[in-house]
Amino acid sequence: MKPAAFAYLKPENLAEALQFVADNADDGKLLAGGQSLVPAMNFRLARPETLIDISGLEALDGVNDRPEALSIGALTRHATFHKPVSDGALGRLLVKVVGHIAHYPIRQRGTFGGSLCHADPAAEWCLVATALDATMRLESSGDARDVPAEAFFRGSFTTALEPNEILTRITIPKLPDATGTGFVEFARRKGDFALAMALTTLHLEGNTIRSARVGLGGVADRALRMTEIEAALVGKPATPETFVTAGQMARDQISPRGDIHGSAEYRRDLGGALLERALAEAAEEARGAVST
Amino acid sequence: MSDRHDITLRVNGATHHVNVEPRYSLADTLRDACGLTGTHLGCEHGVCGACTVLIDGRATRSCLVFAVQVEGSEIETVEGLAEPDGTLHPLQQAFWEHHGLQCGFCTPGFLMLALGALRENPDMDDEELRDLIASNLCRCTGYQNILTAVRAAADMMRAKAQPAPNP
Ligand SMILES: Cc1cc2nc3c(=O)[nH]c(=O)nc-3n(C[C@H](O)[C@H](O)[C@H](O)COP(=O)(O)OP(=O)(O)OC[C@H]3O[C@@H](n4cnc5c(N)ncnc54)[C@H](O)[C@@H]3O)c2cc1C
Ligand code: FES
Ligand code: FES
Repeated sequence: MKPAAFAYLKPENLAEALQFVADNADDGKLLAGGQSLVPAMNFRLARPETLIDISGLEALDGVNDRPEALSIGALTRHATFHKPVSDGALGRLLVKVVGHIAHYPIRQRGTFGGSLCHADPAAEWCLVATALDATMRLESSGDARDVPAEAFFRGSFTTALEPNEILTRITIPKLPDATGTGFVEFARRKGDFALAMALTTLHLEGNTIRSARVGLGGVADRALRMTEIEAALVGKPATPETFVTAGQMARDQISPRGDIHGSAEYRRDLGGALLERALAEAAEEARGAVST
Repeated sequence: MSDRHDITLRVNGATHHVNVEPRYSLADTLRDACGLTGTHLGCEHGVCGACTVLIDGRATRSCLVFAVQVEGSEIETVEGLAEPDGTLHPLQQAFWEHHGLQCGFCTPGFLMLALGALRENPDMDDEELRDLIASNLCRCTGYQNILTAVRAAADMMRAKAQPAPNP
């Protein structure tokens, strides 16, 4: 369980890091928190010739709380989100989500951007990015581009990142003040990757749904945004019946694959059930938000 | 390729000059180069927590960090817990008193996990403590005694941090 030998580079700043990735595009790998890459290296599933350690680049660590959006540096540690990084619904939602990512010590080191680049289909941050329309800033030497989540995630452990690029920032639009949010997942053991997860937001007028977001994770090769279910929810009362119907739509629309952790049918049913619960949680929070 | 680096590590306030390949984990380096064998290795892929140490105060899996990465950081290991005269740290004392260990293999990891987390939040409630303790694996004691020990240590540490009230 020891990694194969590699050469170690520690850039002083982003410009140098971009130069190093350009020079080592064939056989180099970026090292951020190392909480996914190093286990893979210890198993020798990954054998990079060169590691470019960006974990010390302070310019990419931290969250800018802008009025319209959160701008999250790629190297911001998971643990930063244990406390709300901004007032309002989005900051609260991120607190709910982060507690489900791995364990406390792994959250001290693993990074927001590393999780997105790793692109595990059951990663919580990937679902957040997909459901909430995040935009990724990808930089290379002398160039930069902004890629929306739906184009960034290409499948299991596959993203739009080119070998000479670094993810530097993630922008997530803020949610309107009276938004209720729900996040529910199911894992066999605390800290494991979840079998399935659901993220929802609801905006209510009285008890009528005015707008909704629905995302599911762990049930396909990437996180899914369920736009048909969102459209079907608008105009409906925020009642258990509505949520059951939404859960049924989800069961009909997803086709998860079975594995040793759970059969395909089980995961399909779980996806629907978790969505019902996440919607109920969001409705309750939205009612509280309106009444206070 | 297999270049070696001369690095300086700060561990429990002492300085260690070591020569490492980049692929040496912090855990292996602490054990083999610094002679600090209190840090244990179970799974070497981040699951068991036996290797937990503090890096700049943060509880971290030392099997998932390379020694070359932590030059300039302050590292704390289980060897730094007791006072120089042998007086046990409240966490060690509480694990002893409440039977928080049997074989002891997982114990250094639990002690360092709890130390890092209690420094960040000295007032964790039972639910938070359970959640925290689920980070590491113990295969023989059972978690109830570990929870009791950490809770008792938290009480002792809070009492120590506050000046004694006037009688
Ligand atoms: C026991 C255990 C349980 C876990 N459970 C969960 C869980 O439940 N949910 C979850 O989401 N995660 C879980 N993880 C993974 C954890 O969240 C990782 O921190 C995360 O997946 C990767 O982030 P990192 O910063 O550690 O990245 P690294 O491991 O350093 O890198 C991961 C990959 O992304 C690339 N990369 C990293 N940063 C950048 C960047 N800025 N630009 C371009 N490429 C980059 C690297 O080259 C590498 O290929 C778990 C890990 C462990 C060990
Ligand atoms: S040895 Fe590091 S987590 Fe198991
Ligand atoms: S005391 Fe034996 S593994 Fe925990």
